[in-house]
Amino acid sequence: MSGDQVTLIGTVAVVAQVALVIAGAPWLAGLMRQIRARLEGRAGPGPGQPWRDLRKLLRKQPVTATGTGPAFRAAPLVLVATALVVAALVPLAATRTPVSGHADLIVVVALLALGTVSLALAGLDTGTAFGGMGASREMTVAALVEPTLLMSVFALSIPAGSTNLADIVSGAVHDPARLATPTGLLAAVALLAVTVAETGRLPVDNPSTHLELTMMHEAMVLEYSGPDLALIELGAQLRLTVLLGLLAALFTPWGIATTDGWAALLLALALLALKVAVLGALLAAAEVHLAKIRLFRVPELLAGSFLLALLAVTASYFLTGA
Amino acid sequence: MDPGLYTQLLDLACGAFLLAAVLVLWRRELASFIRVFTAQGLALAAIAALLGAREHRWDLLGVAVLIALLRAALLPYLMRRALTAGGETHETEPLVNVTASLLTAAVLTLLAYAATRPLTDLAPSSATRALPIGLAVVLIGFFTLATRRRALSQVVGFLLVDNGITAVAFLAASGVPLIVELGVSFDVLFAVLVLQVLTTRMRAAFGGTDLDDLRELHD
Repeated sequence: MSGDQVTLIGTVAVVAQVALVIAGAPWLAGLMRQIRARLEGRAGPGPGQPWRDLRKLLRKQPVTATGTGPAFRAAPLVLVATALVVAALVPLAATRTPVSGHADLIVVVALLALGTVSLALAGLDTGTAFGGMGASREMTVAALVEPTLLMSVFALSIPAGSTNLADIVSGAVHDPARLATPTGLLAAVALLAVTVAETGRLPVDNPSTHLELTMMHEAMVLEYSGPDLALIELGAQLRLTVLLGLLAALFTPWGIATTDGWAALLLALALLALKVAVLGALLAAAEVHLAKIRLFRVPELLAGSFLLALLAVTASYFLTGA
Repeated sequence: MDPGLYTQLLDLACGAFLLAAVLVLWRRELASFIRVFTAQGLALAAIAALLGAREHRWDLLGVAVLIALLRAALLPYLMRRALTAGGETHETEPLVNVTASLLTAAVLTLLAYAATRPLTDLAPSSATRALPIGLAVVLIGFFTLATRRRALSQVVGFLLVDNGITAVAFLAASGVPLIVELGVSFDVLFAVLVLQVLTTRMRAAFGGTDLDDLRELHD
């Protein structure tokens, strides 16, 4: 196989992966809402509803609140752009892509943080009470989430000997026993907790509430309408999909194409959709049984997950005798 | 036993052992303390059984069964009886809040790793490399004793210290002689019984088991 064809397959893998994430993100959100609705005894609007919502919002006339500045206007674009770059970088379908050399763990976490910060700035920019409150809460959570996210993937990077996500994933594909160690299990639990917090799901934030006292994400985006709101919604759905995809890639890496071949790539894409759908369904089913915890108990949950991530790192460092 | 599988199972048992100690700091319901302590007893028994199977020492397997019976059945049963008699279900207002406790646990774990580094270097093996976990559980147990105020939390903290010491003995020296282990087990059992009597007396005197009520000495 010539070098050109390897790059061709890699490029196609990245494009297909990003296209699948964009197309699949609203469906994932719809699927999760539908599962919740069914489990709560409601009929539910069907998994296609978020796409219909996006189409409706995109057709509306763009309106910006008076007195808002560039931070407010740029935030939706930055949010979606960072999520898309992360979707291209993370080895969701194939590990040998043209961008996999840049798929560094620290870059991915920084890009996710950039999206969070731009949205918080937009919340402050509106100058409303809710915007400021939401931004302050989001930053509190983010300050606890980022170290945990770094720590837990760092724990996985010690056995791989690199912070490159593609190396970590391909290492786990070839040596699955690595995942059934205390390190793997602790990091999995910590990463799941921060995924829930980062994407604003129960029990940290309730994505379907508009009650003033409990809002976090929704409080920041209250002033958005029309196409901007559509971008914000899409950005949030993309982040959820990418983080669940990252979770699936790190802890169930089977099926991700580590060699070059069209069949392996197709299988990897189908498995990616399946794995993320199953993870989302499990998360939605778990959410039915959870109540939102008090805001003052959120740091407890996140400090706990930070501790688990730290234990994962120490266990990885000391038990392996490295 | 296959060395790779043995190392992996030992690491998993040690991980569960440490996780149980951390969960004691995380949870507030006294009932969940008892469940977590039961799980920790089972993990300790698993460590002993793995070492016994590894070194073909049948007395260690006997000790493992003894540990499982005492720490995963008898002591939880006694604590559950004290809990239902007590009527208190939550650890309210610990002296250090839960977030700070968890971060302290992280520091204590790192301290345990730093302190046992010279010991591990003496004879590196998969058992001695897990030595810091036993010491970390001892330190977390001391921290629980120092900061939790309910009598039952104190009992759990004391038992955490004891579990940690037992784990260190197993990991460092493949356990103590059976007769010593029996003596320690009875000691622990009596300590829990005495603490149970103390709990009952405290409730009779103060109507609760908050240790802050114990301010004066009487004859």
